[in-house]
Amino acid sequence: MPEIVRHDGSIVSDDWQVLERPAEDESLELPEGPCLVPAAQWLEHHDQFAGDRNIGIWLDSHEEPELVADHLDQLPLIAVNFPKFSDGRGYSTARLLRERFGYRGELRAIGDVLLDQLQFMKRCGFDSYALRPDKDITKAPRCLNFFSNAYQAATDNDEPLFRRRGEFPVADTA
Amino acid sequence: MYVYDEHDRQLLAERVAQFRDQTDRALAGELAEDEFLPLRLQNGLYVQRLAPMLRICIPYGMLRAEQLRRLARITRDYDKGYAHFTTRQNVQLNWPALEDVPDILAELAEVEMHANQTSGNCIRNTTTDQFAGVQSDEITDPRPYCEIIRQWSTYHPEFAFLPRKFKVAVNASEHTDRAAIQVHDIGLQMVHNEAGEPGFRVHVGGGLGRTPMVGPVIRDFIPELDLLTYLEAILRVYNRYGRRDNKYKARIKILVKALTPEGFAERVEAEWAHIKDSPTRLTREAIDRMKTYFTEPDYQPLDNNPEALVSARAESRPFDNWVTRNVNEHRKPGYAIVTLTMKKTGTPPGNVSDRQLEQIADLAERYSFGEARVTHEQNVVLADVRQDQLHELWQDIRPMGFATANLNTLTDVICCPGGDYCALANAKSIPVAETIQRRFDNLDYLYDLGNIDLNISGCMNACGHHHVGHIGVLGVDKKGEEYYQISLGGASQNDAAIGKILGPSFAREDMPEVVEKIINVYVDHRTEEEEFLDTYRRIGITPFKERVYA
Repeated sequence: MPEIVRHDGSIVSDDWQVLERPAEDESLELPEGPCLVPAAQWLEHHDQFAGDRNIGIWLDSHEEPELVADHLDQLPLIAVNFPKFSDGRGYSTARLLRERFGYRGELRAIGDVLLDQLQFMKRCGFDSYALRPDKDITKAPRCLNFFSNAYQAATDNDEPLFRRRGEFPVADTA
Repeated sequence: MYVYDEHDRQLLAERVAQFRDQTDRALAGELAEDEFLPLRLQNGLYVQRLAPMLRICIPYGMLRAEQLRRLARITRDYDKGYAHFTTRQNVQLNWPALEDVPDILAELAEVEMHANQTSGNCIRNTTTDQFAGVQSDEITDPRPYCEIIRQWSTYHPEFAFLPRKFKVAVNASEHTDRAAIQVHDIGLQMVHNEAGEPGFRVHVGGGLGRTPMVGPVIRDFIPELDLLTYLEAILRVYNRYGRRDNKYKARIKILVKALTPEGFAERVEAEWAHIKDSPTRLTREAIDRMKTYFTEPDYQPLDNNPEALVSARAESRPFDNWVTRNVNEHRKPGYAIVTLTMKKTGTPPGNVSDRQLEQIADLAERYSFGEARVTHEQNVVLADVRQDQLHELWQDIRPMGFATANLNTLTDVICCPGGDYCALANAKSIPVAETIQRRFDNLDYLYDLGNIDLNISGCMNACGHHHVGHIGVLGVDKKGEEYYQISLGGASQNDAAIGKILGPSFAREDMPEVVEKIINVYVDHRTEEEEFLDTYRRIGITPFKERVYA
């Protein structure tokens, strides 16, 4: 069974399957077990899928979170695809799902998910990461926590550093 | 200037450790080249024509003496004993070894310096006016806001993989714009609203490169407390909707143009409405606290034009010329702003040796409260020099090569490293600068010609800002030969404009003569009070064309 990294650094087996978009003349075939269907197909079959705790969705990088904003409480898991790790749209998608639309379920990064982007993902509200299989998953916990602090507010921390510093600069005693 | 506290030190130490780990993994083959690429770029490391190039950040241009000395030591220990000041208030090393870069970054961190986000598709170093805090026509000191932006943008988790690079500049002077904010992705002009409250006019979508554009205003006034939430709204709209299919169409200016400035502004406003009261909204205390880092140095009560200065100017014409040209008015009586020019003919513009960096450190300590500033024109400023010490300073800097009294003249060339160093360049730029400097070596004639910005870029990435030079020179490749295209009428200040191309390009050896012909057209047509740009704007490009291509 594939392994997933969770935001606390734990590595767990996980059987959520990601279903590709069906070709034009094909219909969606649901496998046994939990699966993530393309957002457009989920919306199309909303009556059938809504509330099924074994069916989540995935959004591609160009798909807007607004698409599914009205259905978030019916979704046990939302995955956001990074077709290429350098495509940064998924970070905004994640923050919007969490901070604007209040999604509380599991939010997973899928696709070209590498080690050095994990902490950014965590800060933007992702809480599980399907690391690309050729990457060394044992290094994920360290990469999730390179930084012990952050300047900005993000999903993981709503107090930017400027709200946490003392009132006046601390005199440097060094 | 800003001094790190334990949070800043910790964050930077963690960043250096992270990059060391990334470099180790890259060298061990665990990171593919394209995976390591954005990581090293965001730590300042390019791989260039001859060697890696490390671009070190100088936030809004400020340097302390100890930082200059550390840079000098680093150029000696890890490089060939010199560095290059860029047009974005950064400094570059041209020959570091890849495996040494984590050590270099660790040495920089010890003096509160870094190479964060000096490259890559992220928010770059925020730049400002090199005369910030010491000029008389300033709304307020822009540097606290620059540091606030620096901190907000540093390792921002949402904006580390933007469609393309992103540059922010801040200007607070009412009448001049030394930061060239209208050719930045975001240009922030400090203003007061009708109620007298401080804030910013926001320009978005300016830039040079292949599609040069002057940034339109998308908001006339954003209150200072709303600065970061508004920036975050702009960046989020760009991150979501900026083009990613073609790197030449990926800058925010293309998005602003596609949506129209009004359409873009509407999207930003809609986004901002959601986040304007979020915790990212600045607090009065945060701004006041930041301002305490940029307080006045210990100025003495002095008078303008002390006897020592007046008599030295009367006795020495070269000194008098230098004061006229390279010294600017300071808002405190008895003080002056001095620009040390790094444009001595025969040395590449912006290049400084390790020894010169140490000399600048010594000068800063002796004459200017231990601080220096680098400018986007690739010079160095001592911002707080006593007028009664100007003559002594001038005598000190003449043998160092910093006293060429050519500031803002034709030979104060802005120039990228060009084909001598840069893998992207189509053509060399430094030798062009040098041949023009040699042709115009008569200072009296240069002063008579007045302010002329000559900007040279070795390729259309426009690091030499050729689009906004009064005279712009662009290196082009013509069937493997290096040629140079000239544009006229560009400007980077309040009256920002993109220059117009004169016509077919020229071989390098023809360049001094072509520039001379352009200058002669100006001399023939100018009225008494006109600067080059005024004459050009009055008579247009045709007389120049006719002379040059006759």
